[in-house]
Amino acid sequence: MSQTWIILGATSTIARSFARLASGRGDGVLLAGRDIDDMAATASDCAARGAPLAEVIAFDARNASSFKAILDQASGIEGTLSIAVFVGSMPTQDEIDADPSLISGTIVDNFTGPAEFLTMIAPLLEARGNGTIAGIGSVAGDRGRLGNYVYGAAKAGFHTYLSGLRNRMGRKGVHVMTVKPGTVDTAMTWGMDKLPFLAQPEKIAADILRGADRQKDTIYTPLIWWPVMTIIRLIPERVFKKLKI
Amino acid sequence: MTWKTSEYSGWGRVHTANSAAARPERATALAAIVEKTPAPAVGMRRSYGDACLNDGGRMIDMSRMDRVLNFDPETGILHVEAGAQIGQILKIFAPKGWLPPVMPGTGFATVGGAIAMDVHGKNHHGAGSFGVHITEITLMTPKGPKVLTPRKNAGLFKATVGGLGQTGPILSARLQLLRAKGDVMIVTERRVEAWDEFLALLDASDATYTVGWIDATARGDQLGRGILEEAETGAGLVTAAKRGKRIPVDAPSFALSPSVVRTFNAAYWRRVPDRGRTVVKPIDDFFFPLDKIHDWNRLYGKSGFHQFQCVVPIDAADSLRAMLERIAGSGLASPLAVLKRMGPGRAGYMSFPMEGYTLAVDFPNKVAATRLISELEAATVEAKGRIYLAKDALSGPDSVRGMYPEFAAWAKVVKSADPGGHYITDLVRRLNLRTA
Repeated sequence: MSQTWIILGATSTIARSFARLASGRGDGVLLAGRDIDDMAATASDCAARGAPLAEVIAFDARNASSFKAILDQASGIEGTLSIAVFVGSMPTQDEIDADPSLISGTIVDNFTGPAEFLTMIAPLLEARGNGTIAGIGSVAGDRGRLGNYVYGAAKAGFHTYLSGLRNRMGRKGVHVMTVKPGTVDTAMTWGMDKLPFLAQPEKIAADILRGADRQKDTIYTPLIWWPVMTIIRLIPERVFKKLKI
Repeated sequence: MTWKTSEYSGWGRVHTANSAAARPERATALAAIVEKTPAPAVGMRRSYGDACLNDGGRMIDMSRMDRVLNFDPETGILHVEAGAQIGQILKIFAPKGWLPPVMPGTGFATVGGAIAMDVHGKNHHGAGSFGVHITEITLMTPKGPKVLTPRKNAGLFKATVGGLGQTGPILSARLQLLRAKGDVMIVTERRVEAWDEFLALLDASDATYTVGWIDATARGDQLGRGILEEAETGAGLVTAAKRGKRIPVDAPSFALSPSVVRTFNAAYWRRVPDRGRTVVKPIDDFFFPLDKIHDWNRLYGKSGFHQFQCVVPIDAADSLRAMLERIAGSGLASPLAVLKRMGPGRAGYMSFPMEGYTLAVDFPNKVAATRLISELEAATVEAKGRIYLAKDALSGPDSVRGMYPEFAAWAKVVKSADPGGHYITDLVRRLNLRTA
């Protein structure tokens, strides 16, 4: 049966890679985001690569009134309906320290906006009894670090939300996967120094798609981040608070 | 826009440059950069020399703007962003029965780069250069996108095609894809014993795709021996895809020493049976044989390599033979050497192709090789031929202008398109192409 992905935050680098990859194997894509012109270009690309459905729709994590139209469109999509959430923003910790009002937007973009959308669409997926929700979190959500703990806190909140959603939706045949990418070579990280294990977006996209097919609960991508974060999570707070990692 | 400062090099890894690069992913981001801080656009940096470098300056990395914007299955016209790679276009459209009209030796080359170099492929004798098949180019100017067609904006179009990026970044282009029978190649390989036979076979070939591998170490009676490949597209035959390999480290200097190369070349030549053979190859294996080995340029070690490529008119074939004699005598050539007949097709003022024969040979970056290459350049000038600027890393300003008879027309258009000289690259600076 054909699968169609609603891709939230479709202008992000990883989302674009994911949409192309899914299209290449014959999945449909409904691209949701703010920059309609840019998404239209991605939609054309997806159609050329084989997506049977490639459309765009407005979505703004900070404006919940944009959610309803997506729900309406989603309910008309045939086959398996899946959702991949790539929404997010990452102001630097310095920017946040200089302007703490940035915190609420960061939390909305990375956590409460997508959570509100997913909660709204959850009954539709439960009623269908299949599909996957892939939520893109971050290794930054595993531990509060000096460099970006507001972003990390938002992602940690999203992780916990996804964990609960998995608990709920799994009972109805809908699979929820938490994706924790490490550093990825995207527009967001371009120009940042010293990024460890920097991965290409195509690699992350492939891991997400494979994880979704195999119904993984939580994946680290690339896989190196699993041992790395396992160790980092094990460091006692008493020690961790003195580290700069 | 964020700028990332790094050291970059061309494919030959001889020239390097420190530049601050921006890497836009959307047209609006590119527009903002070009409005505020115009800089040369680069693609996948498959030019061998310094055409893709701007030392101490900025550049715009177009590799992430690589989407298919539209495809008309009736006409085969493809509208694509400039950062799209030729190999990706091939991968998407070959199964649908369409091919990029012209494919250079690497599928990693971008559409923008292929336009800026007006590249040619194994079908040049029939199809002409890449630019011949471009029906529209959208340049990003400081005032926004500007659409060029060969008819309405002939001057700017001809200055952009083969124009080394000097008219500004290309946002997107429309190209006419070619109908193909399928996505495999039926290749006839034939051993060629010597130079005269090679030219005669190239002249007589009526195949769509024709290319000659030449043993640039063979001398005497064997001078100019090689393998002629003639190919057509075909369908219905499935061949397995192979996974790419990567060269993980810089090879030591003896990896391509003269005796190794001579031995390899002799074996490579004998690989094809005396009576020739016909083989079926996956389409990308035929067009991009080296792409499977990622970073193959590292085989030449840390100091890098040069590719000398020239074209000479038909009646100057003897001069080309003399050049090959000099190359074979030097013992400096690598296994990578190509001989091909070119047709007249070209689309820009500064396009490389001319009707004649083109010879391309790789050399490790050594003093003796650079000396040999400058002798070969002088011989090219004498033969009224041309050096290919996508490959060049060594020429000086004096010879190049004379090789390109429409240089003055190009320079005039470029001057009005980019009066501030924002798009000057290291190659343009080295060859002094933007000064009166």
